[in-house]
Amino acid sequence: MNLHLLLQTSNEELIKRVEQSTLSGTKVPQSSIEHEGASSFMQFWDSSYWFPEQASTFASSVDYLYMWIFWVSTIFFIAIVFAMVYFCIKYRRKGNEIKPLPSSSHNTLIEIAWSVGPSVLLVYMFFSGASGYFDSKTPAVNAEEIQVTASRWNWVFTYPNGDSSSELHLVNGRPTKLIMQSTDVLHSMFIPAFRQKMDIVPGRYTYAYMVPTKTGQYRLSCTEYCGREHSKMRTLAEVHDTDQHRQENTQWIKEEYYPWKNGQRTYMINCSGCHKINGEAATGPALNLLYSMKERPLMDGQVAVNEDYVLESIWYPAKKIVQGYGPVSKMNSFKGKLTQEDVNEVIAYLKYLNNPADVAGGDIESGLRAEGSDSPKETTKQAKGEPTEEGEAVATEEAEEIDTEQEDAEEADEKETEDEA
Amino acid sequence: MATAEIRNKIFGTPETNYLNCTKGWKSWAFTLDHKRIGVMYLVGVTAALFLAGIFALVLRSHLFKFDSGMLSYDNYNKMFTLHGAVMVFAFIIPSIPAALGNFVLPMMLGAKDVAFPRMNLCSFYLWIAGTSCLLAAILFGGGLDTGWTFYTPYSIETETGVIYATFGAFILGFSSIFTGLNFLVTVNTMRAPGQTWFKLPLFLWSLYATSIIQVLATPVLGITLLMLIAEKTMHIGIFDPRYGGDPVLFQHFFWFYSHPAVYIMILPAMGVISELISVYSQKRIFGYSFIAFSSVAIALLGFLVWGHHMFTSGQSPIVTLIFSAITFTVAIPSAVKVFNWLATLFKGSILLNTPMLYALSFIFLFGIGGLTGLFLGALSVDIHLHDTYFVVAHFHFVMVGGTLTALLGGLFHWWPKMFGRMYNDALGRISCALVFIGFNVTFFPQFVMGARGMPRRYASYDPEFQIFHQISTIGAFVLGLGILMAYGVLVYAAFKGPRCSSNPFRAASMEWQSSSPPDFHNFIHQPTMNDPYDFDSQIYDEELDTFIPREFVDPDKLPARPEPVPH
Repeated sequence: MNLHLLLQTSNEELIKRVEQSTLSGTKVPQSSIEHEGASSFMQFWDSSYWFPEQASTFASSVDYLYMWIFWVSTIFFIAIVFAMVYFCIKYRRKGNEIKPLPSSSHNTLIEIAWSVGPSVLLVYMFFSGASGYFDSKTPAVNAEEIQVTASRWNWVFTYPNGDSSSELHLVNGRPTKLIMQSTDVLHSMFIPAFRQKMDIVPGRYTYAYMVPTKTGQYRLSCTEYCGREHSKMRTLAEVHDTDQHRQENTQWIKEEYYPWKNGQRTYMINCSGCHKINGEAATGPALNLLYSMKERPLMDGQVAVNEDYVLESIWYPAKKIVQGYGPVSKMNSFKGKLTQEDVNEVIAYLKYLNNPADVAGGDIESGLRAEGSDSPKETTKQAKGEPTEEGEAVATEEAEEIDTEQEDAEEADEKETEDEA
Repeated sequence: MATAEIRNKIFGTPETNYLNCTKGWKSWAFTLDHKRIGVMYLVGVTAALFLAGIFALVLRSHLFKFDSGMLSYDNYNKMFTLHGAVMVFAFIIPSIPAALGNFVLPMMLGAKDVAFPRMNLCSFYLWIAGTSCLLAAILFGGGLDTGWTFYTPYSIETETGVIYATFGAFILGFSSIFTGLNFLVTVNTMRAPGQTWFKLPLFLWSLYATSIIQVLATPVLGITLLMLIAEKTMHIGIFDPRYGGDPVLFQHFFWFYSHPAVYIMILPAMGVISELISVYSQKRIFGYSFIAFSSVAIALLGFLVWGHHMFTSGQSPIVTLIFSAITFTVAIPSAVKVFNWLATLFKGSILLNTPMLYALSFIFLFGIGGLTGLFLGALSVDIHLHDTYFVVAHFHFVMVGGTLTALLGGLFHWWPKMFGRMYNDALGRISCALVFIGFNVTFFPQFVMGARGMPRRYASYDPEFQIFHQISTIGAFVLGLGILMAYGVLVYAAFKGPRCSSNPFRAASMEWQSSSPPDFHNFIHQPTMNDPYDFDSQIYDEELDTFIPREFVDPDKLPARPEPVPH
């Protein structure tokens, strides 16, 4: 055992060796390889000793609070241990003579003081922790919505245009909302560098928000035990500096149609008999108005319109009945018939019905993804490196792109031949 | 006043005691004597400790290398599950209350036995039955791989012995309820004349608080586990999302028991420490009422913080906020205890023998365990640390550094009473050093790993964590050696140790007024009711080489009582 390794943040030689081997079966992020071995054990007062690098907007506040609690705890702990050791030495029994010195066994004032005094520190910890927590729980406006599907023992990340990847690819500085679902058991999405973690619960949607602030590759792991290969359920979260860089450097799993188009097909087959999309009531309420409402009136009360509501209405239609369609639901459950992924596409279609500009590819009548492009560009503006509004609906520019995409495809082909050479 | 003859009869080494008054296996198997039941419990929980400890060493060996092939993934998962399940359900929860508590509680009250001796024996047999079910999961159920938390829906889907194990935990729950109910009734109804609530030793306050939790919280676990079995066999659709159930509901039910259960584990340990610190400082415990009420406060607040295990589970942020706030309030009664122990040491006459060293280790380790709880109570920090090795280290510091250390300290303290023989103090102190060093080496690196993002329950991991895992594994073996040595010293002493007197440590609580080992009836005389922390009430008797209450000392030899300190 090399002792110097103990004192360093990372075990670089070993990691380099592993990088070349496939033994571990999962990817080792570059960042952990590049992680500076500078902060040794003697620098434990620095948050970089305790934490991976900070790569999201709320990482620094987490680290700050951690170090704050660390110092408070350390001071208290040293005081306690010092007192304990000092008393044990000073008042230790010498020989067999038992002679405790006279001292009080009770002092209400002191006891109230040391009960109430530290509470002030606890109140600060509580408020600071709570405010950091609510920061990380507040969705950014116009965040890019990425669907995360966790299954034993894989991750699939689906982007607004319908493409997906097995690693999470983000753009630096862009607010991102992960809409997460599990196809089997509990999972949990954990990106240490972002200080973000959220469980993924089968049968419902959970959400995580983040704004990456630093390009690079980071670990993404499952932290809720999910069976045999739980520890292999690791992948990368890569932060790219531009959209273009992301498009070109990602291994995409391509989708032929935009999600809303697939959703439309699902709607035509399963829903159109009872639900109209022209605003007219039929056996069931019309669907085109759903996403124009923030809250929908029910037979009793109202419900926020979101992914969970749509999913529940499709799987368990009797649970929430729209005002005027009661008292008993006339709809059969589609559980077992439509998967959560199908529902995601239906949701994209519902959003499309409300406003086509809200969804990727919403202005392309056919819903067909542009052909022949290896890595579909999303925005011309970003491709040219010009600043765009964060989280702008990427798909609206898709159409303008079609011309240039042809060229890009050629470029990509050229690049490939170069690589082969 | 008592003559020398009576004194010798009461405090001398007796010819018959509870160990040798009747013979044959039936006299043990059907005994109603709380002392024998306590000893049988002790043997049982120790066996569970060693079994689960072996599981721990196996999985730590596996983790020595980041891509270790020592165990298959399935076997690794079974190993950590069994380690957790056996440790929690079969060892830690019954350890101090059922083994030490059973032995000491009635004697501290000056009583002959607990209120319901048959129920007490039944509790032990339920423990045997429940633990056998847990073991049946290993032998017949193909192991268990859900984690000790049995989270749905994985526990519904897996084909390992979940039904055996949950049924075992269900039965162990009854064992725990029986012990708790028995203690509650005993403390309420069988206190010695004049023994008011505020003259109870603090160990009894903590056992009383523990019993409240056992009686109120354990039924929730029982019904939850039955529902889990029903879900698994009949698909009733409570927890399984495929049938419209909610997996997070299971977590709420589970932690509604299992968080209070954490206090079932630590409160009795705190009670033991209060006794040890006071006796070995020979000084009245500082702030008796604050320590007593802090036990009750911890027990009650413990019911209101279960949601802090679920900050990332998808429960509502408002609920999360409330749970975080209440979690911080639990820190206060815990800190009060530590401060009071320190104040007790102040100006005491401190004897650094084995039990006291364990008690001091407890303060050190529980200090770390408690303070790291603050990190986990703060919401934004917990989001990062949840389900990482930081949490693993935190609760091991509390459960092992706390409860196990206190159990060993308590055993060394009451061992002479239980078996009438003294252990080798030097070897005992070495065992304490090994436990202390081994424990810190094992679990301290895990804080660093956890903060850097090493998730728990991982059979393979990123190589940058390997060095920490290696240190941790080495520490685990030292810790195992220390525990083994501690038990070795104790067991040797029980059979071969030199005879010891009735009250070698000058303790003032009533159990020390019996002979060592105690008579079958606990006391052959009416014990005198003293303040348990008034050590001046115990006078050294040269003839017997022990400390006896003032009331039994010849009046002409009786030294003047020191001026009581106003308090």
